Amino acid sequence: MGTTADRGNAPLERLLQAGRAVAGYSVAGPLGALLLAMVFFTFESDQFLQGPNLSLILQQVVEVGVLAIGQTLIILTAGIDLSCGAVMAFGMIVMTKLAVHSGVPAIPAILIGIAACAAFGLLNGLFVTKVRLPAFIVTLGTFNIAMALVHIYSNEETIANPPSAMTYFGRTFSIGGTDITYAVVLMLALYGLFWFVLTQTKWGNHVYAVGNNPEATRLSGIRTDRLLISVYVVAGVIYGIAALLLIARTQVGDPNAGQTDNLDSITAVVLGGTSLFGGRGAVIGTLFGALIVGVFRNGLVLMGVSSVYQILITGILVILAVSVDQLTHRKERG
Amino acid sequence: MSAQPATPSEPLFHARGIVKRFGHVTALSGADFDLYPGEVLAVIGDNGAGKSTLIKVLSGALQPDEGEIHLDGEVVTFKTPLDARRAGIETVYQDLAVAPALDIASNLFLGRELRRGGPLGQVLRMLDKRAMRKEATRALAELNIGVQSVRAAVQDLSGGQRQGVAVARAAAWGRRVVIMDEPTAALGVKETAQVVELIKRVRERGLPVILISHDMPHVFELADRIHIMRLGKRAAVVTPQSHTMQEAVAIMTGAAAA
Repeated sequence: MGTTADRGNAPLERLLQAGRAVAGYSVAGPLGALLLAMVFFTFESDQFLQGPNLSLILQQVVEVGVLAIGQTLIILTAGIDLSCGAVMAFGMIVMTKLAVHSGVPAIPAILIGIAACAAFGLLNGLFVTKVRLPAFIVTLGTFNIAMALVHIYSNEETIANPPSAMTYFGRTFSIGGTDITYAVVLMLALYGLFWFVLTQTKWGNHVYAVGNNPEATRLSGIRTDRLLISVYVVAGVIYGIAALLLIARTQVGDPNAGQTDNLDSITAVVLGGTSLFGGRGAVIGTLFGALIVGVFRNGLVLMGVSSVYQILITGILVILAVSVDQLTHRKERG
Repeated sequence: MSAQPATPSEPLFHARGIVKRFGHVTALSGADFDLYPGEVLAVIGDNGAGKSTLIKVLSGALQPDEGEIHLDGEVVTFKTPLDARRAGIETVYQDLAVAPALDIASNLFLGRELRRGGPLGQVLRMLDKRAMRKEATRALAELNIGVQSVRAAVQDLSGGQRQGVAVARAAAWGRRVVIMDEPTAALGVKETAQVVELIKRVRERGLPVILISHDMPHVFELADRIHIMRLGKRAAVVTPQSHTMQEAVAIMTGAAAA
């Protein structure tokens, strides 16, 4: 009986193996969950599978989707980043305020905003490595600092009418009658880039290794402090890009933006199958995780379910995903 | 000190008068050490005798307060394990220092990855995974370590196979010396026997091995010479021919004079 079952599973097993080989880690679970959710909502609502609706889902996941790339990098090193949404909001205010109130041209203002986000990443990385504080504590601190700076620098005012270069990624092009924003394209390109970096380069290999066994990685001659700092700085740059995409979508600099995006990005990473214990996961899984959240929110709205239940279901999904991670890897860690 | 067994050549790697203090505790109080080309030197000693500290000094994990280390006749200073590795000294740590979620090839090449040639490597910084897998397969085959595929994650291997990966890595990169710190401590009987065979094969390749072990039968099976630590110093160097296991243990515990 065992052999029959083996034979029956062989094509599926081969398919899963091929998926693992491409993604660098199994993303079959998150992809399956995403497809199941899409099938479910297709049956529940006629509007769900329409092009404009799918495009809307993609637009809505852009900021969290991009933030979650940085969050994935940090979680792969067995860290966590609570500051990402606040850092993005800070970048957003820096860019718009410099351009609108201080008359700085758009491109330099964007670059300064991204640099400000990278500086927060550097700060996080330095405290995690040189002072040896837990990432949770450091980023809880920088979360509050960034949030406070947002309110101080913006004077609690929304900054309207950013220059057109800042809203470039909010423009759309049409595929088969469905409008898609350039922001969505940039998000997908960033996922492609970080898939490549994580699976095909030395740096990516070291990111997995340091999250998996920091001592073995250090003894292998890898400068783990420098590696971790680089991860936090790269994540900061990604948050800066997310800030730009947020300006493009909302057309303003909003001091109240991004307050819960830190938790949403962690949700996307966890739903995507990346282990909170570090060293295991794939950035492509995070994209599926972000889309799962987006599909649920959108589908439940179409079904007329109150937003409270959307949050409830997201919470249940996260606990399920972490439980699966814990149960699958308990033996390996033990 | 006992009469040293006659040795054919100059020591490849030696240390004189190594002192290491931790606050008020003196872990090493003027320890000497000699390793000759091509030999397996076992280092034994009671807990607290200073053998771990000595090994950490020799592998660059600790810096001595006093004393000199010579490699190939030159004075060397290892500030980090990386310095020792650059000098051709590889260490297999007792707690299986591998990254379990990474595959065998990635572990063998961790920190020394091969990049592709041409623009793919230089511009895109792409790894040459194929070459690394090929090299890893060869390194494992050379030491007769059986694994299904070097693409397998280390966590899916048995304890003996994992230690095999760690030893193969050290043997592949160690140009001068391989240090093994309690390589069988975490293993079962059968797996221990595999690692013992592995150490013999490393020696056959001409690489000298420093073996730290509590396991007297294996020490006496493998070692050409046995360095006995006691109270932070080298108490004696004996051979399996000159001394019995009981005599060696007696020197180690201080029951017999060296």
